[in-house]
Amino acid sequence: MMSNYIMPNLQIEKIESYLNKEGKRLDGRKAEEYREIVVEDGVSVNSASAVRVKFGKTEVLCGVHLALATPYPDSKDEGTFMTSAELHPMASQQFDIGRPGIEAVELARVIDRGIRESGFIDFKGLCIREGEKVWQVFVDIVAINDDGNLLDVAGLAAIIALGRARMPVYNEAEDKVDEGFSDEGIPLKKDVLSFSMTFHKVGNTIVADVNQEEELISKFRLTIAVGDNNGEPRITAMQKGKAGTISVDDMETILKLAESKWKEMFGKIKEHVFS
Amino acid sequence: MGDNLYKERYSKRGMTEVRPMTAKVGVVPSADGSAIFETGKTKAIAVVRGPRTLHPQHMQNARTGILRVNYGMMPFSVEDRIRPGPNRRSEEISKVAEWALSSVVDLSGFPNTVVDVFIQIPQADAGTRVAGINAAAMALAHAGLPMKEMVSAIGVGKIDKTLVVDLDKYEDSLFHDGEGSTDIPVVMTSRGKEIALLQLDGKISFSEFREVVEMAKKACGDILKVQTRALHEVSGDRLQVTGGDDE
Amino acid sequence: MDTKKRQLVVPGETIVSGNEFLPGEGAYRDGVEIVAGKFGIANIFEKHVRVVPVSGAYYPRRGNTIIATIVDITFNGWLMDFGGAQNAFLPVAEVPRFVNKNEMQEFLDFGETVIVKVWDVKSRGVDVSMKMRGFGKIEGGMIISVGANEVPRIIGKEGSMVKMIKGATGCDVTVGQNGKVWIHGRSTDDEVNAKKIVEFISENVTVNGLTEMVEGKIKEMGLSLRESGVGSRESEDIEIVAEDTDGGKQ
Repeated sequence: MMSNYIMPNLQIEKIESYLNKEGKRLDGRKAEEYREIVVEDGVSVNSASAVRVKFGKTEVLCGVHLALATPYPDSKDEGTFMTSAELHPMASQQFDIGRPGIEAVELARVIDRGIRESGFIDFKGLCIREGEKVWQVFVDIVAINDDGNLLDVAGLAAIIALGRARMPVYNEAEDKVDEGFSDEGIPLKKDVLSFSMTFHKVGNTIVADVNQEEELISKFRLTIAVGDNNGEPRITAMQKGKAGTISVDDMETILKLAESKWKEMFGKIKEHVFS
Repeated sequence: MGDNLYKERYSKRGMTEVRPMTAKVGVVPSADGSAIFETGKTKAIAVVRGPRTLHPQHMQNARTGILRVNYGMMPFSVEDRIRPGPNRRSEEISKVAEWALSSVVDLSGFPNTVVDVFIQIPQADAGTRVAGINAAAMALAHAGLPMKEMVSAIGVGKIDKTLVVDLDKYEDSLFHDGEGSTDIPVVMTSRGKEIALLQLDGKISFSEFREVVEMAKKACGDILKVQTRALHEVSGDRLQVTGGDDE
Repeated sequence: MDTKKRQLVVPGETIVSGNEFLPGEGAYRDGVEIVAGKFGIANIFEKHVRVVPVSGAYYPRRGNTIIATIVDITFNGWLMDFGGAQNAFLPVAEVPRFVNKNEMQEFLDFGETVIVKVWDVKSRGVDVSMKMRGFGKIEGGMIISVGANEVPRIIGKEGSMVKMIKGATGCDVTVGQNGKVWIHGRSTDDEVNAKKIVEFISENVTVNGLTEMVEGKIKEMGLSLRESGVGSRESEDIEIVAEDTDGGKQ
């Protein structure tokens, strides 16, 4: 039903006018306010890590898995990395069964780029034998319940799962992975951690951490991954979504918001990732 | 005929003892019905959506609604990562689970519609299809759909010469000595005690198989109590609650 | 009094035994026993046994009042979404005044919301009517969704909850049996307060002493418990479209 869901006009008017006139939202939040973030560990003992992350009612599971692989010819001494997302119809009526829809593909690619380009994973540290054997890192995201902003929830889940992942044990004699995990984490460059924030334009207002109703009626979204550069925020990835266009003023609003939100949230995010 | 090599379970469980089980209903807020069922380290989440109009139209049935089951393991549920998306194993399990659940769900009041059941396994230690069906039965009940009765599911197995219930991964796939291990998932209806799903893979005598059915019946009775208790909790026990636990 | 009056039952569970009992909605006979055919609360009323679901989707019934949104306009009526399996159909003949075929969109446009009565439930869909007093288009305010099974408790006995919310927030609360709740007040701040109270009730429907809890919640929110007078003239302002009558027969 959701895929062709038509929101009542009165609801659209209410959401937009409340934001435009008072900067407030129907769930009681201010425009730039996030929902409560909940992080839980231990979703699966069978993987290097598996976590559950919730923003309000939006919930995502994310697991990290390491496997032996052959390096790419153009980077013989580096591990490889792949992010997949399943936006399963279990999470929302708007997702289809079967092949991953474009939403899942885009989400996985945006998160993949954000992590890859930030340099968070130390790919050289994932090399076992140059040109022959490296670790391949998989990040798998499964949406459990969609109440908006899956992109940020999944993005946070991915870096937390990476931060908490344990290295498997490589058995050199038999050239295989032994059962169980070491106590060691996977090689990460902790000081370049970045996380993504998605801002939507709802009515005339720039809004953070949208819920499902707001997401449905927003004009555009802009995702910004922001990392740490000696205490100052630095952009590491961006993605604009939906058909609407971003004005110069809106862009300035978003940039200011992204900077201040990053300063406000980064410490807490770091704690979640490296706890 | 050598000696029986599996006289005691490595987990110290009794032969007819199920793993510790927990269940909860209402775990996915946007769904019409949902539940989680855990047995030992195996976890299964089930979500029900519907009834809703079935598309494309030529798949509709004017006499009844259709139940559709989709089972899958999450990539990180096992030690060897599973590629996301359907595979031959998950498609077969979806179908046998669909038959098992369709035997008790009555959708004749909702012609031309579909009810979707999604079963997902976040963590696996054998018995995922039976855990999934236990969760699915609870989720269907939670969705308020007409059901003649509940179903409960259990894996019974034979390890070398010993019959045991609720095999974990070690017993299911890592025990190769003697006659090896035989896995028999069984789904039973709660009232009629009839068999709604049966698969077998291994070697077993006719008399042993008869015993398997009796063991499944007893275990399913235990599981029904867990399912019933979880359903009672969803309504907060605000009413005087009877039945289920004290039969 | 007939034996256990209300009990929570799971499908396949025996509710009561005896040839004198009659299975109603959500129940069936198996020999001498009456058995639950649904998960819910078993009600036995004058030998008549039925099971009322406590969870799950909304299933329309004849006579229900629902809140729905126009999703399509056909040559002879309007299709509307009410959160059910199919869309509902409002024939042009079932609106209170004559509407010309070429002014249908002016009368009711895409995305507009109406309060309508279910007058037929067929396999292909649900037919609704807007002809009676109290039904029609609604404007302003906001809509929230709750579980259809929570509706009686949100309304309260003889509308007591709805009146309490009106007293605390000044908002009119109209509850459709499909779980859509229309909140309309003087300001959005008031409406958001009313929404919080409705959601609080929705999250605690199963709790004993809900009325006291809601009173506590209202005080905690810094609102006053201005009684708007139970059953007084205030009730005229409040549209009560479904009452807490889950003990009665259908």
